[in-house]
Amino acid sequence: MSKPVNRPRSVGVLVPTGMLGAGFPPATITRGISLGADVIAVDGGSTDSGPYYLGAGQAKTTEAAVRRDLRLLLHAANDAGIPLVVGSCGTSGTDAGVRWVADIVRTVCVEAGLDVRVAQIFSELRAEQLLPRLHEGRIHPLAPSGPLDAATLQRCEHIVGAMGHEPIVQALHAGADVVLAGRATDTALSAAVPLMRGMPAGPTWHMAKIVECGGQCTTNPRSGGVFARVDETGFTIEPLDPTAACTPTSVAAHMLYETANPNTMREPAGAIEVTDARYIALDDRTVRVEGSRFEPADQHTIKLEGAAITGYETVSFAGIRDPRILGSLDEWAALLIETLTERVATVLGLTAGSWDVDLRLYGHNAVLGDLDPDTATPREVGVMLLVSAREQQIATAISKLANPLLLHLPLPSMHYLPSFALATSPAHTDRGAAYEFVLNHVVDVDSPTELFRTHLTEPAHA
Amino acid sequence: MPDPTHIPTTLDDLALEVRAKNAGPFWLTLDVFMPDDAGYRVADALITPDLIARLYHVAVESVQIFRLPRLRVVKVSFPRPVVQGSLHDRDMHAGQHHVPLANLPVPSGRHP
Repeated sequence: MSKPVNRPRSVGVLVPTGMLGAGFPPATITRGISLGADVIAVDGGSTDSGPYYLGAGQAKTTEAAVRRDLRLLLHAANDAGIPLVVGSCGTSGTDAGVRWVADIVRTVCVEAGLDVRVAQIFSELRAEQLLPRLHEGRIHPLAPSGPLDAATLQRCEHIVGAMGHEPIVQALHAGADVVLAGRATDTALSAAVPLMRGMPAGPTWHMAKIVECGGQCTTNPRSGGVFARVDETGFTIEPLDPTAACTPTSVAAHMLYETANPNTMREPAGAIEVTDARYIALDDRTVRVEGSRFEPADQHTIKLEGAAITGYETVSFAGIRDPRILGSLDEWAALLIETLTERVATVLGLTAGSWDVDLRLYGHNAVLGDLDPDTATPREVGVMLLVSAREQQIATAISKLANPLLLHLPLPSMHYLPSFALATSPAHTDRGAAYEFVLNHVVDVDSPTELFRTHLTEPAHA
Repeated sequence: MPDPTHIPTTLDDLALEVRAKNAGPFWLTLDVFMPDDAGYRVADALITPDLIARLYHVAVESVQIFRLPRLRVVKVSFPRPVVQGSLHDRDMHAGQHHVPLANLPVPSGRHP
């Protein structure tokens, strides 16, 4: 990579929202541009909403919301002549997710007559591509997982590698105005432009971690965007909502958010170390951070994410208000599972291990189970019966066998059939395939860009 | 005579916030924010690997505790007992798992 001729003294980063499609007031962008933004960076994804989005290759956000946000961002970036970087497109960063966002970008640009060069960076990996690396011992588990086996890789519906800043920098050097990245670390999006303009790694990566969720690092997490400026010795950060504030505590506390270890965070190229970081209030809403370090790793690694189908599910829902049942609810729930297991064996000929069920008593202990400190008798309970089987029609059949139990199952002491409050007709809903994250591993790479494919389009008008 | 209607003070009563969240699909993390140094000392003394193992039914060796006096925060992380999004996961974001720790009674001799 060529060294920039005129190294700027600082680089401004505008993060309009924690999630593309979550929305933000237009004033957020105006304010960020007026503060001298050199890049707009926004995250389009997360694993936090569960394995479905990666497994099915579907976005969590709705197209209209993504289109609305992109329209504002594309106009602002184009008017200001600065790049727009979107990461983890389509929630999970699959190839389909990148293409989905690219399609939206293209139609917005055509409608608005914007001439922009769009880079799509694909991060999806095939199991066959990773198997040789697995056999070479170049794929390692992260705690608490064990070593990877080939069968687990091959079970995955989709696998993505989380890119660092390098493929994004490469795309920007190649002339991209808009970078649409597949799965990327949340930090890489904001770190790319400061790093390519020569800002030091410690402050840049720490800044990138703090801005990743937009307003989460402010006194009002719902306030939306933030603006950060990185320089030779640190970075400053402020909210884009004039009524919100960044305080030393709100900024420092963001290192805790959704991280297991608040002192260090691994990126593909090394680790962010913030143990010695100092947080100083510059005024009542702006914070300066100095002392953050980035320690390059001996081995560059790319984190893998993969989701596999665990079965097909059907969900049923009933309400119970009868105090007699509620007084012996655990007994009733155990009886339901026992009766259902017998019926499934008798009618469908399925043994207990070939299907699975989760009976959740909402209002009693559905959320915390045995961990719940409160054991009082509930006033009303929602019974969710979640059935999993290897085929959808089996899960549906089991749920149909459960239907009369959810409607009428009496306690052994009752001499009549109670009727419970089924919530819908039919009482069951097929959920389709269910997924689980099965990869928690990193792969050693020789080059930070070798697992990723970049496709640079010509301007929309070309 | 002890007051029979007295509700014991919980960690939540003393804290600014007790929160729980996934730290990726395989870890659960709890953050306890205390309002001042005295409050921090209470949380710091109260929260031990043994306590967390008992409240969350996890192996004591799997519990990591980070003590951050400057922030007045005690942070606890352990591997998620149930993998996120699996059939038996009832809390996708682990966002309600602060309750066992938040509801913990603080012995009256330990109040700041």
